[in-house]
Amino acid sequence: MPDQPMLQVEGLSFRYEDMEMVFELALGRGQCLALLGPSGAGKSTLLSLIAGFERPLAGRVMIDGADVTRWAPAARPVTSLFQEHNLFAHLNAGENVGLGLDPGLRLDAAQQQAVREALARVGLEGLEKRRPAQLSGGQRQRVALARSLAREKPLLLLDEPFSALDPGLRLEMLDLVRQLQDERGLTVVMVSHNPQDALRIAGQTAFVHDGRVLAAGPTRQLLEAREPAELRAFLGPSPSPSAA
Amino acid sequence: MSLPWWLPAGGALALVTGVVGGALLALALAAPGLDLADNLGDAYLWRVVWFTLLQATLSTLLSVALAIPVARALARRRFPGRGLLLRLFSLSLVIPVIVAIFGIVAVHGRTGWVNDSLALLGLGRIHYLYGLSGILIGHAFFNMPFVARILLQALETVPPETWRVASQFGLKSRDLFRLIEWPALRTVLPGVAGLVFMLCFTSFAVVLTLGGGPKATTLEVAVYQALRFDFDLGRAVTLALVQLLLCGAIVLAVLQLAVPSTTPLTEGRLYDRPDRGGAVGLTVDGAALVLTLFLVVLPLVAVALAGFNPRAFEVLGRGALWRAVGQSLTIAVSAGTLALLLGAALLVSSRRLRHRLGRPAAAGRLELSASLILVVPPFVLATGLFVLLRHVADVFALGMPLVILVNALMALPFVVRFLGGPMMEEAQRHDRLCQSLGIAGWQRLRLIEWPGLRRAVALALAVAATLSLGDLGVIALFGSQDFATLPLLLYQAMAGFRMAEAAVIATLLSLLCLALFLVIEGGLGGLGRRSDA
Repeated sequence: MPDQPMLQVEGLSFRYEDMEMVFELALGRGQCLALLGPSGAGKSTLLSLIAGFERPLAGRVMIDGADVTRWAPAARPVTSLFQEHNLFAHLNAGENVGLGLDPGLRLDAAQQQAVREALARVGLEGLEKRRPAQLSGGQRQRVALARSLAREKPLLLLDEPFSALDPGLRLEMLDLVRQLQDERGLTVVMVSHNPQDALRIAGQTAFVHDGRVLAAGPTRQLLEAREPAELRAFLGPSPSPSAA
Repeated sequence: MSLPWWLPAGGALALVTGVVGGALLALALAAPGLDLADNLGDAYLWRVVWFTLLQATLSTLLSVALAIPVARALARRRFPGRGLLLRLFSLSLVIPVIVAIFGIVAVHGRTGWVNDSLALLGLGRIHYLYGLSGILIGHAFFNMPFVARILLQALETVPPETWRVASQFGLKSRDLFRLIEWPALRTVLPGVAGLVFMLCFTSFAVVLTLGGGPKATTLEVAVYQALRFDFDLGRAVTLALVQLLLCGAIVLAVLQLAVPSTTPLTEGRLYDRPDRGGAVGLTVDGAALVLTLFLVVLPLVAVALAGFNPRAFEVLGRGALWRAVGQSLTIAVSAGTLALLLGAALLVSSRRLRHRLGRPAAAGRLELSASLILVVPPFVLATGLFVLLRHVADVFALGMPLVILVNALMALPFVVRFLGGPMMEEAQRHDRLCQSLGIAGWQRLRLIEWPGLRRAVALALAVAATLSLGDLGVIALFGSQDFATLPLLLYQAMAGFRMAEAAVIATLLSLLCLALFLVIEGGLGGLGRRSDA
């Protein structure tokens, strides 16, 4: 692991209704971390805190050595992919990507070129003019991914953007994320409730339960150790998740 | 956005409370030897208070009691004309009050359709339209359809899967109502009953025209009479304060009964209700719909037919009429725009409270604060401002701006109602995305909000402008030879029993309202543009 982690979460606390959460986390540059855990455990909240959509009660978020705890979401070196509503329905694919380059959508020739390249990179060459309603679910998430690429932020946050896709398509998208990560040296944090997704692309996994990171480490090791008991309960009775 | 969250709403509320407070204060100071205690000891005042409470309570009970079976009938029956009936129901919200009253008189009045039919059958004529019963009929006309629509919406949120389960267990119609429909209605009833109560408590035109005398006077009408005929500022202030405190307290109390709604879980499939058969159910639903016909549909039909009479050409040839048309439209568009701006400012703040600061309860209170303006008698506002400004501005130039300002304030709750939902939904969908991409301020308005919200904005503006176009409120106070609106001309024609002339104006005003509504909703809302669905 390099000297300075790309992402560091220290004593980050938050309260949602009756649930108190405190998170600790560290992730090296260029790595991919899966946040695994049951629904309602606080995985998405942790991601929102890192992205800056929620304000923590205490603690801090360090990205690339800078304390970004008080920064606005757009100012952070972060780009997010949500489960849904990643695109504006009234804008076409090219405009949706272009918004990542200029929030006023005034693009110069170089930026327009960058939009086309980003779309081509995710396999949507020539579909700039399509509106979200004219694209399939997988294509829509590709547009969102293209925008993340165009923004050139070092940290990519995935809040289950592929969970609604068919299994084959989901794996295809995960592989695409992995390729892009390798190409651009991105650091990725991904929320998932599926251990298979973690095994597929995430070298590191953190198990989140009841507002805490209960265990963290290399994915395969963590899933095989099946400790603590909460992780065992989450994974279910199969003898070894890697056999599945 | 770098603006503090409270600034837009703070500005709007400061204007509203400034106007209300300033007007009340100005009136109180202008009243020579105002003695609140003395005024409060007046037996007349308490008679008025008692009657106001009585008619508002009865009107609310009647509207709700009729709306429940009507909503239920609409929910479980499909019949020809159902869609049309629903559209007529929304019409009763925007149709000018004075026009509707004309329709009610044409059907239920001494020489109306009902009495004419009775006479044809050789039965005696019955006089039931004036006094308390007239007020109740008028209020039920406006409020029953409004309540029924909201209740129908609530019934439609019942997940269809529920009917599948109900069919399986063989629940009877009565059990369905008790176990499924009542809980759904229960979430919206306190809010809607509170609103209806407030509208009836402060109702002006209905009471003025159908009340039929000093025995049936409400606080709002008493304020008008104190200002217009007696010029008794002190009594007007006292009456206004009593109305403000009493009605405000009652509405807040009713709202405490509200139950939070739960988001229903549904797969979105349709299942049939098990209680569509059954003679009793059919009879009850049929009766509810026939009653609706007499109460709501016939008066609207009467309005539509009335204008085509021999006096039409002569009345339409008058210059005064067309001057009133111009002044009415100016007032409507200006007041609608002002109401839209104020409402949008309030909602921008409440949306930030809701979505960014995680304080939905505070946001709800902020939105509610807009409705409380309905408790303040508009005459008090207008007269107070008039008294306040008469030394610094030309008295004759004041009428129009005051009518615009007061009409805008009165339309504010409706703007909040029509724009609030879509604005919150828009934020639900796009707020985080905008935050993460740094789309804010003008850019967000231009690129994201306007395309997503233009239809809702157009609808809100259309409703506000149309309401203002048909309003018979403060114009009754300021109206003169040179300054009149169509609703005022209509009222004057009806008060002078010039019914043929009234009929022409009623039809003209209805058509104008319809045209204004369609032009704003269609033009601004971009109807006919390709949708993205």
